Amino acid sequence: MYAFDYHRPQTLRQAVNLIGRTEDSKVLAGGQTLIPTLKARLANPANLIDLGAVPELRAITQKGKSIVIGAMVRHAEVAESPLVKSAIPALADLAHLIGDPHVRNRGTIGGSVANNDPAADYPAACLAMNATIITTKRKIPVDQYFQGMFTTALEEGELISAVSFPIPSRAAYAKFRNPASRYALVGVFVAVKSGETRVAVTGASNGGVYRWTEAEAALKPRFSLAPIERLAKPPSTNMNSDIHASADYRAHLVYVMTKRAVAKALGR
Amino acid sequence: MSANGIGASVRRKEDHRFITGKGSYTDDINREGQTHAYFLRSPHAHALIKRLDVAAARQAPGVVGIFTGDDLAADKVGGLICGWMIHNKDGSPMSAGAHPALAQGKVRYVGDHVAVIIAETYSQAKDAADLVEVDYDVLPACVDLASADSPGQPQIHDNAANNTVYNFHLGDKAATDAAFARAAHVTKLDLVNNRLVPNAMEPRAAIGDYNSGEDAFTLYTTSQNPHVARLILSAFIGLAPEHKLRVIAPDVGGGFGSKIFVYAEETVCVWAAKKVGRPVKWVADRTEEFLCVAHGRDHVTHAEMAMDEKGRILGLRVHTKANLGAYLSTFSSAVPTYLYAPLLSGQYDIPAIYAEVDALYTNTSPVDAYRGAGRPEATFVVERLVEVASRQLGQDPAQFRMRNFVKSWPHQTPVIMMYDAGDYAGTMRKALELADYKNFGKRKRESARKGMLRGIGFSAYIEACGIAPSAAVGSLGAGVGLWESAEVRVNPTGNVEVLTGSHSHGQGHETTFAQLVAGRLGIPIEQVSIVHGDTDKVQFGMGTYGSRSGAVGMSAIVKALDKIEAKAKKVAAFALEASEADIEFKDGRFSVAGTDKSLAFGEVALQAYIAHKFTGAQLEPGLKEGAFYDPTNFTFPAGVHICEVEIDTDTGVTQIAKWTAVDDFGTIINPMIVEGQVHGGIAQGIGQALIENAIYDKEGQLVTASFMDYGMPRAHDLPHLELGFNTTPAPSNPLGIKGCGEAGAIAAPPAVINAITDALGHEEIAMPATPQAVWKAMQKSAMKIAAE
Ligand SMILES: Cc1cc2nc3c(=O)[nH]c(=O)nc-3n(C[C@H](O)[C@H](O)[C@H](O)COP(=O)(O)OP(=O)(O)OC[C@H]3O[C@@H](n4cnc5c(N)ncnc54)[C@H](O)[C@@H]3O)c2cc1C
Repeated sequence: MYAFDYHRPQTLRQAVNLIGRTEDSKVLAGGQTLIPTLKARLANPANLIDLGAVPELRAITQKGKSIVIGAMVRHAEVAESPLVKSAIPALADLAHLIGDPHVRNRGTIGGSVANNDPAADYPAACLAMNATIITTKRKIPVDQYFQGMFTTALEEGELISAVSFPIPSRAAYAKFRNPASRYALVGVFVAVKSGETRVAVTGASNGGVYRWTEAEAALKPRFSLAPIERLAKPPSTNMNSDIHASADYRAHLVYVMTKRAVAKALGR
Repeated sequence: MSANGIGASVRRKEDHRFITGKGSYTDDINREGQTHAYFLRSPHAHALIKRLDVAAARQAPGVVGIFTGDDLAADKVGGLICGWMIHNKDGSPMSAGAHPALAQGKVRYVGDHVAVIIAETYSQAKDAADLVEVDYDVLPACVDLASADSPGQPQIHDNAANNTVYNFHLGDKAATDAAFARAAHVTKLDLVNNRLVPNAMEPRAAIGDYNSGEDAFTLYTTSQNPHVARLILSAFIGLAPEHKLRVIAPDVGGGFGSKIFVYAEETVCVWAAKKVGRPVKWVADRTEEFLCVAHGRDHVTHAEMAMDEKGRILGLRVHTKANLGAYLSTFSSAVPTYLYAPLLSGQYDIPAIYAEVDALYTNTSPVDAYRGAGRPEATFVVERLVEVASRQLGQDPAQFRMRNFVKSWPHQTPVIMMYDAGDYAGTMRKALELADYKNFGKRKRESARKGMLRGIGFSAYIEACGIAPSAAVGSLGAGVGLWESAEVRVNPTGNVEVLTGSHSHGQGHETTFAQLVAGRLGIPIEQVSIVHGDTDKVQFGMGTYGSRSGAVGMSAIVKALDKIEAKAKKVAAFALEASEADIEFKDGRFSVAGTDKSLAFGEVALQAYIAHKFTGAQLEPGLKEGAFYDPTNFTFPAGVHICEVEIDTDTGVTQIAKWTAVDDFGTIINPMIVEGQVHGGIAQGIGQALIENAIYDKEGQLVTASFMDYGMPRAHDLPHLELGFNTTPAPSNPLGIKGCGEAGAIAAPPAVINAITDALGHEEIAMPATPQAVWKAMQKSAMKIAAE
């Protein structure tokens, strides 16, 4: 770790001001990605702005037909939230599958969505449920937000304050863990809302989280298993390939996990 | 059995300290005026150092000293050693390349030590390292084990032609060839034993401290054998005379073999402490631990087994290439030779065995003993062969094994070992019963109904532990004897301190050793403390590895206790005014036979020290005895593990559905601790079989250098473990202990792979059988079925 100045703002406004005032600053949420990066000396910010004391970012609320989760809400809190469990049980499930207990008790939804790791779980939920990323500047529809691995629509100095998930009528997440890291080797989130079905895939593609449109089209007439079983496996062309899984295997897993997510969403 | 004596599941005495955060590990120790070391490491697997300039770094803030290989050479600091001489087939000695603690002109693996930077803080040392200028002339790297000795490969050490350290063999080639010539059936297999990173929870660490007033050094370090470390640092590396070097191995958080060895870092910390005149501390980070700790396993093997028409094994022929990495670590040469080839007879009566082992250098981290050390590799070869042979012959794998088991003891194998006691068939029968083998077919059908493939796999392992009779290992090339020492000090108030040369880094010696003493002397276990890990307290010791602390370390304590009892009887005789021959010792009391006169152990202890009842001429005051114990044979723990797996045909995920282990560890001191050892060993074995793998790319970069890429088994990867015991005491030591520390890691890998191949219906799977590997193997089965 290189030396940096540490700041601990008490309000979101103070945080935003600090970012404006300081040179070369980085915000710290749960630190599960940022701290290892700093320790490995892969990042060298002059200022670290810790969002840990900002109360506005900690709430989980229902606003109309959406569940709104503050950026600093920990994965463990989402997993255990009665509101999330009753409104979007699939999201609580997903949070419960992230990392291990230490990671879940430190890591935050804002950090995960800001980071957009191609193997992270939340991006699949955001994309499948057509979430809105609420920032200190604007509201970003999810289809414009994720822009390839580790790349998002966030601008310099723009902070995520919350993520708003429209409550789906059906949803499920099927995750295939990387045997080493336990991140998603492939994760598929399916969600149905007002007749629209979305199938979002994380972990698999070298372009980051994406929608498997063929599967969505197949499920459009009727949300059931049969059309997925008839569907061809996705091509392996843009799939990641590494020591844990070849592109072929990932493509196969996208198919299997989609089937499992659909079955789960149907209550099977 | 007393409440806390041998055989009782006494709660671990040390755990209160550990779970309340009161342990004292090397990194918890801070010396006055301490500085911090950072090692600049090679980013290349193989390169010449053209220029190494530390001038700019020397000016960096906080820097106290920077040293390179030249500085060590100028001070005549010796290189690191390999303490076991292996001879080639032709009788010539092995070719060992130089192993300087800091590189001299050449680096040979990623992580190799280029320079040490010592500064006021660790961050400053690391910052300064960025200013060291190194010009490398990068050479092609030799990484692949199978081809490392082919002509044209990059030469790693000038004196090891074709990167070959030795071509070793063991056994009778002619007799084995003859057995194959008359065989009715031969089973052949090509096997890879995957490379593992030990990953002890506590990374390695060292503090070197020099006292100029005494001209003496102290080294605090994560060692499994502090006296051996002192001996090597003193006699071979030449840092200080033995009596001027104190080595302390405080609480150590796991070793698994990786902390037996003497590495560059502790060598440099001791030496540099005098150079800079201040204590020097180094603590590995996890990446350094991955890159530079001695790795384990890494064999490629071709093995063949010959059988007659009934399926009786006639002979075994094995050719192994063993990866020793870029340098020979402390005991590396012994692992694929004398800890491997003598175990190739397994539990079987095999008339002829011939094994050849080519040990090769590669541009990778050194490879040395890791939990089981050679014996897991041998067991993998034997138990895969036996399983596949039984399948090829259409015989039940359990029956096939039982037919070929050794049935009477002592049994001399064709490869050195003399098995002295066991009941292999009895253990198998017990395991079959516990595993409910007869209903496996029913379980398989139930799994099939869920769309899962179920398979069952056996592993009937044997190991040679209680390492080892000094004369035996001496004749095989060891540079040391492998006895153990103990000293029992009885205080005037009757409590007891036991000094042992064994070292506990997770094994629970503070409990099990105390159980032995409390039971024997008839005193509460709270009155016994175990002292270990400090060369200034314990006179000498060989340390802990090879499941030797019970069989050898505790036997030394028994010998010392015998002497204590004998002396105490003399004291009691004076105190009770009786003849020594009439003194009986039972349940902690010395009594005069046929009378009601008696004294408790503590009262006799006091009498020994006040010495009022006898004169020094009659009997020396005090009650303290020491003993050295050298075993008469190896011990031979053996057992049968049965693994059942369920494979998800959609994803290739293997779940271990059922695990049964019946082990013969000889006498068991503390069943709870033994079960813990078995659990941990099985977990490591399952890790090796399913997910652990150290992978280097062609350039020699370790791709799996963090837990993000190196798969460690987690609790949820493990099944319920059904354990049983079938005990036959070891005849070679007074307690009958065989040892249990490595059994699980030795037994588990072939059990898992045998189960997976049983489920798949073919043998084409290597370790680790990751979901992807199993899925690919299933594609092959599907193709086979389609083709049939
Ligand atoms: C061992 C381990 C296992 C893991 N397993 C998984 C897994 O299975 N699935 C998974 O999805 N993830 C996994 N993670 C990642 C984990 O979920 C992290 O929490 C997540 O990557 C980042 O969240 P954080 O709160 O820790 O963010 P930090 O590490 O604090 O920050 C990450 C980045 O986001 C930026 N940032 C943080 N908050 C905001 C904000 N509100 N607005 C804008 N930018 C912000 C930071 O500046 C930084 O660049 C794992 C991590 C570890 C260490």
